[in-house]
Amino acid sequence: MSAHLNVVATAVFVVIFGFVTIMGFVAARWRKGDLTQLHEWGLGGRRFGTVVSWFLLGGDLYTAYTFIALPALLFGTGGAGFFAVPYSIVVWPILYTVLPRLWSVAHKHGYVTAADFVRGRYGNHALALVVAVTGIVATMPYIALQLVGIEVVIAGLGLHFDVALFGFHVELPLLIAFAILAAYTYTSGLRAPAMIAVVKDFLIYATVIAVIIVIPAELGGYGKIFAAVPPQKLLLAAPLPGNLGAQAAYGTLALGSALALFLYPHSVTGLLSSSSRQVIKRNAMAMPAYAFLLGLIALMGYMALAAGVKEMPEYAAQFKDPALGNNFVVPALLLHMFPSWFVGVAFAAIGVGALVPAAIMSIASANLFTRNIYKEYINPNCSPARESQIAKIVSLIVKLGGLIFIVGFPQTYAIQLQLLGGILIIQTLPSVLIGLYTRMLNPWALLIGWAVGTGAGAAMAASLNFKVSVYPITLFGVTIPCYAAISSLLLNLAVSFVLSWVFNAVLRPAPADMTAEADYV
Amino acid sequence: MADKSKPKGFRALRLILLAVPFVAVLWPPLYNRTEPAWAGIPFFYWYQLLWIVLTTVLLMIVYGIDRRNGQV
Repeated sequence: MSAHLNVVATAVFVVIFGFVTIMGFVAARWRKGDLTQLHEWGLGGRRFGTVVSWFLLGGDLYTAYTFIALPALLFGTGGAGFFAVPYSIVVWPILYTVLPRLWSVAHKHGYVTAADFVRGRYGNHALALVVAVTGIVATMPYIALQLVGIEVVIAGLGLHFDVALFGFHVELPLLIAFAILAAYTYTSGLRAPAMIAVVKDFLIYATVIAVIIVIPAELGGYGKIFAAVPPQKLLLAAPLPGNLGAQAAYGTLALGSALALFLYPHSVTGLLSSSSRQVIKRNAMAMPAYAFLLGLIALMGYMALAAGVKEMPEYAAQFKDPALGNNFVVPALLLHMFPSWFVGVAFAAIGVGALVPAAIMSIASANLFTRNIYKEYINPNCSPARESQIAKIVSLIVKLGGLIFIVGFPQTYAIQLQLLGGILIIQTLPSVLIGLYTRMLNPWALLIGWAVGTGAGAAMAASLNFKVSVYPITLFGVTIPCYAAISSLLLNLAVSFVLSWVFNAVLRPAPADMTAEADYV
Repeated sequence: MADKSKPKGFRALRLILLAVPFVAVLWPPLYNRTEPAWAGIPFFYWYQLLWIVLTTVLLMIVYGIDRRNGQV
């Protein structure tokens, strides 16, 4: 790599990062609770009000996905990448309507995870186990996406120390960032990312405001920026005869991403740590403000096109690096447009903006493992302190899983990592979200539906070499390019409903349901 | 329980308000064009950004209905 160390930017970056790290450790004492208890370590004692929940839930949306992956996608593919905006629109009515029910029933019965709920609702251990395992596995590529975010920012600073680790080449600064994240998550639990999320948001607001004011002015206005986009990429390709084309892909990617979001363990953790269902509803109402910024950040991909960063010799090495590629678009744009000190601030915003969700994700996965696998199958009589201890260790292992993902599955578009996670996690929708409304579905039918959906989704992704998530389906002679999460979910739902009808008619099982209708409202 | 009829009337409205954003943004043929552009931003882009704001407004109305019905 030819890039030289950017001293000023690195200094600012390190200072902010250091400050945040100290905060992460201090957070253990915030709204003090007994951190040897899982609901204290892993849900912050369920005491977060509207404001903290706002930052915490926002942490789920505002990640490296937004800052690195989305602009890179727009830069590379054009308007087709803008599906994240409809995604971040329809997700809020879903949050508003459906998820308060999960909060209520979880509050009433002390559930910490979605799998807890599934076990209580259906009385079926196998189904709960499947929900837990799916949550843990689907989160790993999402954590990997965050690590990619940190990686490109570090590359942007010009820091470059390769170390060989188990035969892989890993960036030393990435490992350090990773170790810091792991350490404060371990000691402070959910309080750490909740507290840091506040700082992170202010950094991000500052960056975004600077970006949307300074860059268009430098480039001669939004008109000029959009004019730089090749006209055939500006809109979605028109449907061909017998093929619905890009528009079907766009709609299904948006819907699939939205349906998947609140099934992820980290979203459930964010929800359940709220102090009331009112907090969730208020947040659902106010959250679109985040989505608006997300849309503007996505347009940074076009600003980079207009600025022509990819053709600039000083960034050529990074764009050619297969580990970075187009994901380097935003760092390059910021480096090109801003003075070094501000680059440091902006990079810190992105870096911290990736660390916060990575921490929440690993805590959520740890909650799942501990509650629904360790306590259920390995050590049923463990003490609450032991339970919390195991969760802390698992939070480290899950992060390591994410690290392995980026080394093992390099992606042209980092967003692909999140889309693959979506295909997996959405298969728990029938058990969890439909389960919030009705106990009509049979748990064994749900289990088979899950297996069929997961198998089909994985097969579709594999046939595309895990590089693309939109699989063309041909129905009655019409080809529909559809996000594999949606098509596999439809299959899953069909199997779940048909088999439930059969099982319930033939076997007439006595429903084992620990919850009552009144628990959901 | 006494006045069940009132919330029921609003329930349909509530559902419609919650469903509108789905139709508005998940069906690209509605907005997949460049004109009318606004301040240099093609229709495709500003239409979707506008719907973020409109969705907030719709959710605020729904929240108002829920509060009225004592269901928050």
